[in-house]
Amino acid sequence: MAPPDTNPDVSAIAAAPALTEWHLDLQAEGARRDEAVAHLHGLLLRAARFEVFRRRNSLPQISAAELDDLAQQAADDAAVSVLRRLDDFRGESNFRTWAYKFALLEASVKVRRRAWRDREVTLEPEHWESLAHAGPGPDDDAENAALLEAVREGIRSALTPRQRQVLVATVLEGVPIDVLAERLGSNRNALYKVLHDARRRLREHVAAAGFPEATR
Amino acid sequence: MTGRDLDPTLMRLLGSDEPELDCDECFAQLDRYVELELRGAPADALVPGLRAHLVGCPACAEEHESLRALLELDSVS
Repeated sequence: MAPPDTNPDVSAIAAAPALTEWHLDLQAEGARRDEAVAHLHGLLLRAARFEVFRRRNSLPQISAAELDDLAQQAADDAAVSVLRRLDDFRGESNFRTWAYKFALLEASVKVRRRAWRDREVTLEPEHWESLAHAGPGPDDDAENAALLEAVREGIRSALTPRQRQVLVATVLEGVPIDVLAERLGSNRNALYKVLHDARRRLREHVAAAGFPEATR
Repeated sequence: MTGRDLDPTLMRLLGSDEPELDCDECFAQLDRYVELELRGAPADALVPGLRAHLVGCPACAEEHESLRALLELDSVS
């Protein structure tokens, strides 16, 4: 089969599999299971291709064949995850929807990491000074300037080095959290907890500095 | 000045004090949440904390958008 075009429309995505109880065969044996696994993989590949091509603008240097290879890898990894976690499926959604999310996760993480593969991730805390350029413009009043200074001071003094690193990288430097997690040897959930705690500390600092309304 | 009036960068720095799920919890509930949304059901009431997480986590928000878009594509194909 020819790889999808670099600028595909929905015709590049195979038709959605029918809604049936086929997934029950994933826990069967022999040929029935093999057929169900093949069906699952087709479904996951469909979702992975959808995601990769949806995000293709973040990978302008990548050929259509490489994009499709990325989708194949994502589908393969998603199939492993789905088969390992079949017992987690409780029927609270359609099985197809449940399986799709694994492929979308794998594909989106691969796209983000590929897009940042050759980019340096700056982890120097001093970079939060760039906040000065993200704040109010020259016509804004003294209250805005004071709030901005309170936030800067909070980043400087209220956060742990790890919290400052994660907050600055993800919010001010725009580093995707999966990319940062990979560089730091961590994972998305752990880093998001660090980010969540950093934000809470920063809100507390800003509120104590006289801007409680800015944190609501 | 309330949080809603803030510069978007300041909003992303400060986040929200609304209770929210973490990334793993969000992933666990995402399929159910999107199906509820597409059915017009009160997804935010039935899956509390997920919307607040999507506001604070761009990666999970992208995956939410994609799952919703893919299911919408399925519904017309």
